[in-house]
Amino acid sequence: MIIGGKRFSDKWLGVFAVIIALLFWEAMAVLVVKNVFILPSPVDVLNAFLNLLKGDTLLKDFTVSLVHFGIGLGAALIIGIPIGIAMGWYRGIDAFLDPIIEIIRPIPPLAWIPFAIIWFGLTDVSAGFVIFIGAVFPILINTYSGLRGIPRVFVEAGKMLGCIRDRDLIRYIAFPSALPQIAAGIRIASGVGWMCLVAAELFGVSKYGLGQKLWHFYNLHQMDSVVVYMILLGLTGLLFDWIFRYYIDHHFLRWRSGEVA
Amino acid sequence: MGGLVIRDLTRSYVREDGSVLYAIEGINLDIFQEEFICVLGPSGCGKTTFLRTIAGLDNATSGKILLEGEEIRGPNPKVGIVFQEYSLFPWRKVIDNVAFGLEMQGIGREERYRRSQPYLDLVGLSQFSQSYPSELSGGMRQRVAVARALAIEPEILLMDEPFGALDAQTRNLLQKELLEIWQKTKKTIIFVTHSVDEAVYLADRLVVLTPRPGRVCEIVPIDLDRPRNRTSAEFAQVRRKVLDLIAQPKCILE
Repeated sequence: MIIGGKRFSDKWLGVFAVIIALLFWEAMAVLVVKNVFILPSPVDVLNAFLNLLKGDTLLKDFTVSLVHFGIGLGAALIIGIPIGIAMGWYRGIDAFLDPIIEIIRPIPPLAWIPFAIIWFGLTDVSAGFVIFIGAVFPILINTYSGLRGIPRVFVEAGKMLGCIRDRDLIRYIAFPSALPQIAAGIRIASGVGWMCLVAAELFGVSKYGLGQKLWHFYNLHQMDSVVVYMILLGLTGLLFDWIFRYYIDHHFLRWRSGEVA
Repeated sequence: MGGLVIRDLTRSYVREDGSVLYAIEGINLDIFQEEFICVLGPSGCGKTTFLRTIAGLDNATSGKILLEGEEIRGPNPKVGIVFQEYSLFPWRKVIDNVAFGLEMQGIGREERYRRSQPYLDLVGLSQFSQSYPSELSGGMRQRVAVARALAIEPEILLMDEPFGALDAQTRNLLQKELLEIWQKTKKTIIFVTHSVDEAVYLADRLVVLTPRPGRVCEIVPIDLDRPRNRTSAEFAQVRRKVLDLIAQPKCILE
């Protein structure tokens, strides 16, 4: 994990470790295992990647997976944030919804796959639904606890300055105050949702998709291509996290700079 | 403008076991316009409850508070408050904190900035208008909080130990600045503190509360000329008198 402010030599130490790992992997594959099916070497993987680059499949896979992910995370935001706000602000709604949420929440997202197929068929929405189930709870819970944790003095200061109605207090005080925690929830949700992607695409909702192709090449016993998709899934997840963090920190949470967060 | 009449003000809470706890009991007080009142008392004497009731953040169990003849029943734009803890909205720039009350009144950005700026000037922080509160020191944050409370032009300014968390030097400086602001803006100020020194330095009249339940034990006019000198013999004399008064049995015993 990069914590920032690393010294020059520390950075090269990390690069060095990656090179060692790749060499070790290559040596194991070529000298010990000697079977591309069980352990493809980095060179095999690189070749498979270059082959895949020749077609347009990679781009389509990315697009389709982004659609699935976008549907799931989008729905999770649209549903999770308002419910989280309502439960965090109104005790009655909290008491009313909390038992239902606590019962549904522990069900693993993948256990919803049968109903995803029955309700939405073999469609992109079906995959999106599984991702939604994985993403909605971190967003909802973080929004809820963000609202619960607002210092009382902010609400009272707001009231004394003429911000009286609930909807104004939520809009001008509660929501911005809880935003760092909501953002953290979205980041967790995006990680969990991305992890659900492979399983969501496994049951044949589309001809493309990073997760779909992983299974496709597994069925063709092309394990070098499977590794290509594994690495792409990992790097894309990392990229999302990075973009998200950069964007949120620079556009919404500038006020937190200088504070120990 | 800004006169306050308090009659038989009582605030009690019912504990879980059914017993009744009185925070303040039977407070009667007339506060004149443009007066600087300090409410002095030990911790837990109901000073804050008293102030919160005037603010309309807490409701009296019985009795009433009249501001220019109108009863206070909830937060009211004629009453501004500065809290003890840092209450600036950390997600808003300094200028947007000061302009918050005007924004709630639906006043456009340019107009509310134009009207907020003089209050930022008044507390000497114009050059920090684009900063976030996290970039300011504790003393600067409380100055902004004063500007924010004044920007909606209340008639009464309530202050709940606003300088309690500051170091002694900053506190003395802010007391001096507050008096200048008070003289310029002609607000009625009700200032809660547990520091005799602070109260004697600031107040026209000093209201001493008893420990829980808070009742008015003594009202002490401070006749020292302004600007007051903390190190003068007269100041020390008044300070000693107040210390003797608050040590009386009737001000200590429950």
